[in-house]
Amino acid sequence: MSLPRNIKEQFPLLSQVVNGHQIVYLDSAASSQKPAAVIEAMNDYYRTINANVHRGAYEIAAQATEAMESSRARIAKFIGASSANEVVFTKNATESFNLVARSWGGQNLSHGDAVLITDMEHHANIVPWQILSAERGFEIRWMPLTPDGQLDLTSLDQLLDGVKMVSLTAMSNVLGTLNPVREIADRAHEVGALVTVDASQYVPHLPTDVEDLGADLMCFTGHKMCGPTGIGVLWGHEELLDSMPPFLGGGEMIVDVRKDGFTANEIPHKFEAGTPPIAEIIGLGAAVEFLESLGMADIRQHEIQLTKYAMNALNNRYGEELTIHGPRDPDQRGGVLSIEYRDVHPHDLSQVLDQRGICIRAGHHCAKPLMKLLGVGATSRASMYLYNDESDIDALVDALEPAGEMFAL
Amino acid sequence: MPGLDDLYKEIILDHYRNPRNQGELDSPPAHRTEGFNPLCGDEVTVTFEISDNSLSEVRIAGHGCSISQASASMMSAAVKGKSIDEVREVTRQFKAMMSIHEEEIGSEASEQTSEEVFELGDLEALKGVVKFPVRIKCATLSWNALLTGLGEVEG
Repeated sequence: MSLPRNIKEQFPLLSQVVNGHQIVYLDSAASSQKPAAVIEAMNDYYRTINANVHRGAYEIAAQATEAMESSRARIAKFIGASSANEVVFTKNATESFNLVARSWGGQNLSHGDAVLITDMEHHANIVPWQILSAERGFEIRWMPLTPDGQLDLTSLDQLLDGVKMVSLTAMSNVLGTLNPVREIADRAHEVGALVTVDASQYVPHLPTDVEDLGADLMCFTGHKMCGPTGIGVLWGHEELLDSMPPFLGGGEMIVDVRKDGFTANEIPHKFEAGTPPIAEIIGLGAAVEFLESLGMADIRQHEIQLTKYAMNALNNRYGEELTIHGPRDPDQRGGVLSIEYRDVHPHDLSQVLDQRGICIRAGHHCAKPLMKLLGVGATSRASMYLYNDESDIDALVDALEPAGEMFAL
Repeated sequence: MPGLDDLYKEIILDHYRNPRNQGELDSPPAHRTEGFNPLCGDEVTVTFEISDNSLSEVRIAGHGCSISQASASMMSAAVKGKSIDEVREVTRQFKAMMSIHEEEIGSEASEQTSEEVFELGDLEALKGVVKFPVRIKCATLSWNALLTGLGEVEG
């Protein structure tokens, strides 16, 4: 039911000493640490079967192809996809969004159409639409937030009027808010709109089923879920992906090239131009295997408990001096705590915490429209994962006070 | 290993707590320029007036960390009342001090600058920032904004 107490031992980096202190890593919403199993899987690939995929007839090329494609199948099963062909490998979630905007949006959006996003989106789910909108003249609408950082659905009917795509995050990387994706997706589908889900903060932390979410397309990244950097995923329903034109052109994504044109490959390869990041795909497969071995439901429970512990500890110790943005109920949020503490600027706070080996994020978290709504330029964000425990939270709580004294105005 | 004392000198914290030349001048007639740090969201607005080829007035507004706020405050004190050429020279020296590649590019040049007429004075306190490379952009934010503004004025 609960995660192993010694789980940190499986993450080599977490035994590192930084600035004289054993590292306290609380920035997993930015990037997670990697278990030894993932690092070894990638090493093994390079040491034993490194060869290009889908081409060579020789043994190690066949093994590399098999390793890559079995990773794809494992990832597909992990998110409840009905076929491995529905899993397209990209560089990261950002590239997945650019693929959706360029390919689907380029085919389907023009003047008079609308795309509905929300006030809590990451720039990755804002800027690709803005780039396309500047070319094609469709409208971008924003779903507003309630004061406690939830999506405000009261005007959803009006907002959905004329919308062809709803693109929203399943969990905010700033507020931790878990959004009612299914409810919104159902209402979007009623008016004939498609739904793209940003699951970058969701897939790593909660059991995920694309059918339960009601998604048509879903973007997420490998490095926030114990996998390596340089690998992301676009999932989409087979028929939808089939109907979308290619994104990047080149090798691998074609079945035929002539002087007068080309014939695109089948999905998923149609969207995977060039030699793929083979080691990273294998690493992500190993990460999924690792997460499955722990159990996503148990990971979620662990994070709810730890979020509860952290919110209580911070509020009890600092009361009015400290604000945690987003929902108050740990069951309705992820383990992402954006904190404002006294008048200490996030940059200064993270600098002082760094002296104790504590890693938190200071900044706008690639969500500048949301920062503007919150009335801040930046927040200090502590984010948790399966390897964090109460000692990490205690270190954070203890370290705030001296920072507050140092920067008292 | 650099410690917090290298970064947060008392004079820096003093400028942070009691920023000099705060606010905005009416623009126009004053020139107005903004600077953004895309990494952390810090924003600075510099408004200034030029008369008789001197920077007769300067004001700083915006929000940011102690380093960016203190650096902006110290900048305003350092450049106010100086001729445009002097402002450019102080800015050049300050940015040279903030350059981590300074020694690699040529130590002769940096030796020469130490002989220059203008003393960096309080600004020397910011020297420790180069030991924390991610904070350099905080310290140079307002200086770059001022440079941009001067460039706009001179067309």
